[in-house]
Amino acid sequence: MNIKETAKEKKHHDFLLQNTDFEVRSLDDVSINKSELKHPLWYNLKYAVTGILFGIILVKAEVISWFRIQEMFRFQSFHMYGVIGSAVAIGMLSVWLIKKFKIKTIYNEPIEFVSKKPNKGNIYGGLLFGFGWAITGACPGPLFAQIGTGATVIIVTLLSAIAGTWTYGYFREKLPH
Amino acid sequence: MNIIDWLRQPWPWYVAGPLIGLMVPLLLVLGNKSFGISSSLRHICAACIPANIPFFKYDWKKEIWNLFFVTGVFIGGVLAASLLSNPGAILIHPKLAEELAGYGITNREGLVPKDLFNWDTLLSVKGIILMVFGGFLVGFGTRYAGGCTSGHAIMGLSTLQWPSLIATISFMAGGFIVANLILPLILKL
Repeated sequence: MNIKETAKEKKHHDFLLQNTDFEVRSLDDVSINKSELKHPLWYNLKYAVTGILFGIILVKAEVISWFRIQEMFRFQSFHMYGVIGSAVAIGMLSVWLIKKFKIKTIYNEPIEFVSKKPNKGNIYGGLLFGFGWAITGACPGPLFAQIGTGATVIIVTLLSAIAGTWTYGYFREKLPH
Repeated sequence: MNIIDWLRQPWPWYVAGPLIGLMVPLLLVLGNKSFGISSSLRHICAACIPANIPFFKYDWKKEIWNLFFVTGVFIGGVLAASLLSNPGAILIHPKLAEELAGYGITNREGLVPKDLFNWDTLLSVKGIILMVFGGFLVGFGTRYAGGCTSGHAIMGLSTLQWPSLIATISFMAGGFIVANLILPLILKL
C-alpha cells in the first residue's frame, strides 16, 4: 500500500470517529451513512432500487408474515432460523472478503468497520423490541413491506413505531444505558 | 413452468437468506452504507417532529439514503404482492393452525392475518394492543437497543459486534416470552 492510500484510510478513520451528529455515529453503528462524499439527491435512487429488491425478498420468503414469526417463536419451523442464519453467514463472509482484499466503494472510498461497546440498552431495548416483534409479527423493515402488500392498517402500526422512537428520544437521558 | 410462475412460489430459506445477506456488501460497495432499517424511524422523527430534543437534532438529510431505502422496501412490497403473489393461503405448522383456530383466526390469505389486523378491529382492545401498543414497542425497543433485526442481527453480527449479539439474543428472548406466554392471553380477548 502506498503512502497516499494510507493517508486516505487514516482520514476516513478519523471521520468515522467524529461525533458530529449527536452520537448518530458513536451510538448507532447500524444503518448510517459512513461516506464522506456529497452527491446530488438522485444518487440515492440506487438505494431505492436496493430497497425494492430487499422488499421483494422479504415478501417472497414470507419473513414478514405474522404466521412465520409465530412459528419461529414456537420452534415449529426452521424457515426463519434458516433465513437469518444464512443471511448472517453470507454477510460475515462478505465483510471478511471486503476486509481481506481491502475492497473499496464504487467511488473509491475505503470501507472500514468501527467496533462498538455494548450498553444496557442492547438488553432492555432488545427485550422490548422482542415483545413488539412477537405481537405485531413485524420488525421495522417488514412494516414498510406489509403496507406495500396492501395491509393498509399497518400504517397505524408504523406511525405507532415512529411515536415509540420519538418517546425513546424524549426520555433517552433518563433511561439506563 | 415459466419463470414468473417459478418466482411466484414462496422462496425457500436457502435462497432468501443468502440474498438478504448480500444486502450487506451491496450497500457497502454502493456507498459505504451500513445495512439497517430502524434508523429510518429516527430520521422521520428528526425531519418531522424534532421538538428540540437533542436526540433528533442532527442533519437527517445526510442520512437520507435510508429513507430512499425504506421507500424502496415499500415499493418492493407493492411489486411482490401485485406481480409475484402466491395464490392461496400460507401453509403453517398444523399445531399453530389448530391453536390459532381456537382464537378464531382461520383466514390465512396474505401475510398479515386479516382476522386480527384490519380497520374494524383497530378500535377494539385487542386491536389497540396488537397494532398500536405492539408498534410502539417495536419503535421504542429498536431505538433503545440501537438497531433492529437488519441492523443488529444481520449487519452487526456480520461485522462481529458484541452489542449486536447481545441485542439479538434479547430480541429472541423477548419474542419467546411474549409469543408463548402473553400473546395467547391477548388473542383470547
